[in-house]
Amino acid sequence: MRQVYLDYSATTPVKEEVLKEMLPYFTENFGNPSSLYTKGLESKEAVDKAREQVANLIGATPKEIFFTGCGSESDNWAVFGAAEALKDKGNHIITTKIEHHAMLHSCEFLEKKGYKVTYLDVESDGMVKPEALEAAITDDTILISVMMVNNEIGTIEPIKELVQIAKKHKILFHTDAVQALANVPIDVKDLGVDLLSMSAHKIYGPKGIGALYMRKGLRLPNFIHGGGQEMGRRAGTENLPSIVGFGKAAELAQENLDSHIEHCRELRDYLVERITGEIPDTFVNGTMEARHPGNANITFKYIEGESILLLLDYKGVSVSTGSACSSKSLKPSHVLDALGVPVEMIHGTVRFTVGDFTTKEDIDYTVDVLKEIVEKLRLLSPVNSEKGW
Amino acid sequence: MALYNDTVMEHFMNPRNVGELENPDGTGTYGSPVCGDMMQIQIQVENDIITDAKFKTFGCGSAIASSSMATSMIVGKTIDEALAISNKEIIDELGGLPPVKVHCSVLADHAIKSAIYDYAQKNGKTYAGLEGFDPNAEEDEHDHDIIED
Repeated sequence: MRQVYLDYSATTPVKEEVLKEMLPYFTENFGNPSSLYTKGLESKEAVDKAREQVANLIGATPKEIFFTGCGSESDNWAVFGAAEALKDKGNHIITTKIEHHAMLHSCEFLEKKGYKVTYLDVESDGMVKPEALEAAITDDTILISVMMVNNEIGTIEPIKELVQIAKKHKILFHTDAVQALANVPIDVKDLGVDLLSMSAHKIYGPKGIGALYMRKGLRLPNFIHGGGQEMGRRAGTENLPSIVGFGKAAELAQENLDSHIEHCRELRDYLVERITGEIPDTFVNGTMEARHPGNANITFKYIEGESILLLLDYKGVSVSTGSACSSKSLKPSHVLDALGVPVEMIHGTVRFTVGDFTTKEDIDYTVDVLKEIVEKLRLLSPVNSEKGW
Repeated sequence: MALYNDTVMEHFMNPRNVGELENPDGTGTYGSPVCGDMMQIQIQVENDIITDAKFKTFGCGSAIASSSMATSMIVGKTIDEALAISNKEIIDELGGLPPVKVHCSVLADHAIKSAIYDYAQKNGKTYAGLEGFDPNAEEDEHDHDIIED
């Protein structure tokens, strides 16, 4: 049976070139980068190279890149570090309702510690309004964190504009760029962000490795304490093969950025066009104007997302859903809720994300089986366009 | 590897008793699309025996599978026997469900009771198994507030 992977925003396969680069660092090139003999220095050199490759992808200098265990650690470091460093200056943090749980749950934790957090609303198209940010700023605001690209609906937030507001008020700005990295062009100097979170496994690199960009001149308290790795800022023996893999993935992403974006956008637009054109009572969530090139988030009215997911899986197609039934928390998507999508429709929402290995045939196959699946589930459903909800 | 066992998947992929009856003797619904699961059961009754049952369900895999299983279980049973069927028996017949699914997706016993309640109301009948049953008591055990691990 045909296997179609349409969940590139969940994770991506490691590219062959990346794996090839990584493999020697598991076996013969295993030296500890902190060791002073040749074997260690060679490893150190490999880490430095990767740091440069990652820095290049976002227009940073290598000294501004700190490898972490994952995107979530980067987010945690940024928010807890800023909260700790600036606690004498204020206790107010501004973020949005559509952030990843790595940010939301970190902020909720800080609220329990006495910090005040404002969760900005978004417009119905998923965009954060700069005026809303401006209005939320108080004398106590110490950090603003807005994600660059939303993981569910793919909206590209107006980071540059938001940073300008932050700068006017001299407030630190962090952005979670885990979904943005290698999917939209990023230039940290042009954007003016102070902190930016990244992850390797969303860009055809390995899992278990992330990075935090920390602007030169800024020093947050350490999050992982121990040895002097990562220029004394993040302890723990370097995850050497994964760092090398992240570097290679970043290099490839930079080389192929334009063609990657064009490939994804073309297939994503074709998917959206076919689904919304051929399956009635469907709609796209989030703006199509400023959007992750591979993301399609579509609501299928009158049916439930986990059922769609299961039947697609049975046909070899992998997707994800905003339905409560598929989440461990049994809560429907907080992102779609923030957009004002009615809860009953959130349950019927599916996220498709295409990537470098997706083909037009994959899309055609997916839409063909999807049509049958939606029809079958609608026959099963006690709600429909005539009866209503 | 699968989210559900083979029996659940079989009932989900090929649900029995899907649809609506032309002249149902009783109709019951439970849940709502807002909660993510909603089930409608209709029954045909002759001499206190359920001769046919049909369902329509909005919901996840386990909601559809348990609807299919529950309607299969009540056909041929007396009203009293059908009223005695618990969610646990439905889940056991399905060979078990992931724990997180048990509370929110198995609405079948309530929907069955609602359909029988409707039949009893229309025909002026009383059943011991319906004592204290309120078809409009929504969401009693339908609790979504589970702590994330």
